[in-house]
Amino acid sequence: MSDPESEPSTRMNMIQAINSAMDVMMGRDPDVIVMGEDVGYFGGVFRATAGLQSKYGKTRVFDTPISECGIIGVAVGMGAYGLRPVPEIQFADYIYPALDQLVSEAARLRYRSAGEFTAPITVRSPFGGGIFGGQTHSQSPEGIFTHISGVKTVIPSTPYDAKGLLIAAIEDNDPTIFFEPKRIYNGPFDGHWDKPTQNWSQHPAGEVPTGYYKIELGKAKVVRPGEALTVLVYGTMVHVALAVMEEAGVDAEVIDLRTLVPLDIETIEASVKKTGRCMIVHEATRTSGFGAELSALVQERCFYHLEAPIERVTGFDTPYPHSLEWAYFPGPVRIGEALKKIMKDA
Amino acid sequence: MATDRVPDHLKPNLAPLSLYVPEPKFRPGDAVDFTQVPIPPAGQARRPDPADAADSFIDLAFDLVRVLDDEGQAVGPWNPRLSPDTLRAMLRSMALVRAFDERMFRAQRQGKTSFYMKCTGEEAVSVAAAHALDYEDMCFPSYRQQGLLIARGWSMVDMMNQIYSNTADRLQGKQLPIMYSVKEAGFFSISGNLTTQYPQAVGWAMASAAKGDTRIAATWCGDGSTAEGDFHSACTFASVYRAPVIFNVVNNQWAISSFSGFAGAESTTFAARAVGYGIAGLRVDGNDALAVYAATLWAAERARTNQGPTLIEHFTYRAEGHSTSDDPGQYRSAGEPTAWPLGDPIKRLKDHLVALGEWDDERHAAQDKELAEQVKAAQKQAETNGVLGHGLHQPLDTLFDGVFEEMPWHLREQQAQMIAEETASGRPWARK
Repeated sequence: MSDPESEPSTRMNMIQAINSAMDVMMGRDPDVIVMGEDVGYFGGVFRATAGLQSKYGKTRVFDTPISECGIIGVAVGMGAYGLRPVPEIQFADYIYPALDQLVSEAARLRYRSAGEFTAPITVRSPFGGGIFGGQTHSQSPEGIFTHISGVKTVIPSTPYDAKGLLIAAIEDNDPTIFFEPKRIYNGPFDGHWDKPTQNWSQHPAGEVPTGYYKIELGKAKVVRPGEALTVLVYGTMVHVALAVMEEAGVDAEVIDLRTLVPLDIETIEASVKKTGRCMIVHEATRTSGFGAELSALVQERCFYHLEAPIERVTGFDTPYPHSLEWAYFPGPVRIGEALKKIMKDA
Repeated sequence: MATDRVPDHLKPNLAPLSLYVPEPKFRPGDAVDFTQVPIPPAGQARRPDPADAADSFIDLAFDLVRVLDDEGQAVGPWNPRLSPDTLRAMLRSMALVRAFDERMFRAQRQGKTSFYMKCTGEEAVSVAAAHALDYEDMCFPSYRQQGLLIARGWSMVDMMNQIYSNTADRLQGKQLPIMYSVKEAGFFSISGNLTTQYPQAVGWAMASAAKGDTRIAATWCGDGSTAEGDFHSACTFASVYRAPVIFNVVNNQWAISSFSGFAGAESTTFAARAVGYGIAGLRVDGNDALAVYAATLWAAERARTNQGPTLIEHFTYRAEGHSTSDDPGQYRSAGEPTAWPLGDPIKRLKDHLVALGEWDDERHAAQDKELAEQVKAAQKQAETNGVLGHGLHQPLDTLFDGVFEEMPWHLREQQAQMIAEETASGRPWARK
C-alpha cells in the first residue's frame, strides 16, 4: 500500500472523492465497470459518476433500465464472467427489488459453489435522511444487510475515508454494500439543521489524495479519544455525535465504525473496557437495527466493565417522515438526553 | 356533476363481478384427452434467415417448430441435417440422462440422499441444446438441465458425489443435491431460487460482448418461473443491450402442482413474451431433439453475430413428479404422460435413426443395457466416497469456509465455539 501522506492531494467533497475512487480503479483495472440508473452520460443524480463515461467509454460506464433486480442480477453475471462491477442503486430506498439477487445470489455464490464462482461486486447507494427526501429517499437499511451472511457493509463518514474504503471495497473479492450518507456529501453535519451548512473544504478529511490508496475494510477509527464514555457511530451520525460531545464538554471517545461487517470488535471492546460506558447512535429505525447487535456484543464482552446501561440513540420505528424529518432524526436533543442518562452516576 | 357511470337503477342488470381462477383440464381420475392442444404438422413452420429482424417473424412465437414427423422422418426448413454419428451421440446422451435419473431417483428412495429431480420426458431440451452450443458457451441452468452436463461429457461420478454430499463432493456438501456447479464445463452454479439465473446470464453475455469475446450465454427456466420479476428484468436488459444470450423456457406444463395456466399459458404462449420485448421468439417442439437443436443453433447464430437475444419456448411435458418430494398422482391425471401428443423424445429420435437405417431395436436395447451398467458402475464408485447421512464427510469446521474469501473474526469465533461444543458433547462425529 502506498503512503497517502506523500501523494499529491486536493480538496474534495464526498461525491468527488467517490468519483475519484471509481476513476482511479477504472484506470487501474479494465475489469471495473460502472452501471446504474442515470450514471452514464448524465453522471448520476448526485453526480458521483460524472465524467466517467466520457473517459472510459459506454461499454464500461452505462445507464441501465429502472430495474434494481436486473441491475444486481446482471452485475452478478458479469462478476461470474470475470468483471468487477460497481453498480449504483440510486437511493438505498430502491434496493429492495434487488434483495433476492443480493441475498440469495451475490452473498451466497461463493459458498454454494465452493468458490468456483464469486460475486466481486460493490453496490454503491446513497442512504440516510436529513435532506427532506421523505420516506422513499431517506431510509437507512444497513441492518438488513448486516443480517445477511456473505456480504460486507461499509459506510464512510468523510471524503478521505469514502475514497479509501470504496477502493478497498472494489478490490475486495466479496460482495460489498457501500452506503453513502448523502446528507454529508457536501459537508459534515453537526445535527443543527437550522444553522448554515458547512462544507468539506474546511474539514481536514476533505483533503484527499488524487491517486490510489485504500483503507482496510473492518477497521474502525477513533475520531475523538476520550475516557468518560464510548460512542459507537457511523455515517452522518459521526459528525452529529462529535458535535454533541464537544458542546457538552464530555470526554467521550467517539468511534467511527466505517465497516459494519466485518466489524472492528477489538477497537470497540478496548474502548468500552476503558470507559465503562457505551452509547450507540444510528439514524436507522430502532428495532433489530444494527445498534441491537452492537449492544449485544458490548454486553457479551464488556459486561463487567459497564458502569451504566448501554444507551441506544436511533430513529423511531416509523417510516421516515417528510415534514417532521427533524423530529425523527436522532439529533442533538435525543443524543443529549441519552448522554445525561448514561453519565448520571459518573 | 356530469358522469358516464352506470346509473344506479341499471346496476341490478349487470352480472356481479367474478374472479377467474384457472383450473387444469384434468385432475386425478379424469380421462385425458389432449386433442385440444394444437399440434401443427412437422416441417410446416417457416425458418427465417438468422439475420432477419425480430419483428418480421412474430408468427413463430405462436407456431410450433417441428422437424421429426410421425413417421420418424426429418422434414422442413428447420431440419438441421445432422450426421448419423451426431444423431446417435444425442440419442446416447438422452438415454444416459434417463438412466442416470432412474438410478439417482432410486438412490434417494433408498435413503442415500435427501433429494433428487428427474427430467424424464425433457431430455431433448438440454441434450440437443448442449450439442448445438459451443462447449465454451456459458450455461445458466435451472435445476432440470442435468442433460447439459451429461451431454458435455462431464463425469457422472462427480455429479453423484454432489448428490451424495460425500467426501469427494466438489461443493463440499454445501449445496442441495443436483444443484451442481461446474465452471470447467461452462455450467453455472444452480440456485434453488427461481429465474435468478436469467439476469445473470444476461450479465455474463453483456460482459462477453463488452470484452469483444466470442462466447455466448444460454439460460433455462420453467414455464412457472417466467412469472418471476427476474425473468422480465432479464428480457428488458437483454433487449436493451442486445445481449448475446439464449433464453430457454422449458414449458413442461407443470410447476410442482400448478399447471402452466398459473403462469399465463391460457392467454398466450411463453414464446410470445419475446414479442413485447422486441426480441426474437420461437416456439419449439421440446420433445423433438432436431427441432431443439436447429432452434438453438439458429439462436446462437443470431447471438454470435450481434443480433441479440432469442427466447425459445420448448413445448414439452414433465413426465414425472417435480422432485422426490411430491406425488403427481395427487394433483394431475395419471393418464397425462402417456397421452402427451408430442410423445417421448428418446423414442422419437430413436425412430428417426431407425427410419434412416442407422439404428435398430437390438442396438438400442444393447445400448440401454450398457448405459445402465455404466451408471451403476459410476454409482458404485461414487458410493466409495460415502452417501449422505452415513458418517461425517466434511470436517466440521468447513461449515464456515467460503462465506467470505477470508474468514472474519466473528465466523472464526463461531467456528471455535462449534468445535468446542462438539468436542465436549462427545457426539460420535466429533471424535473423527
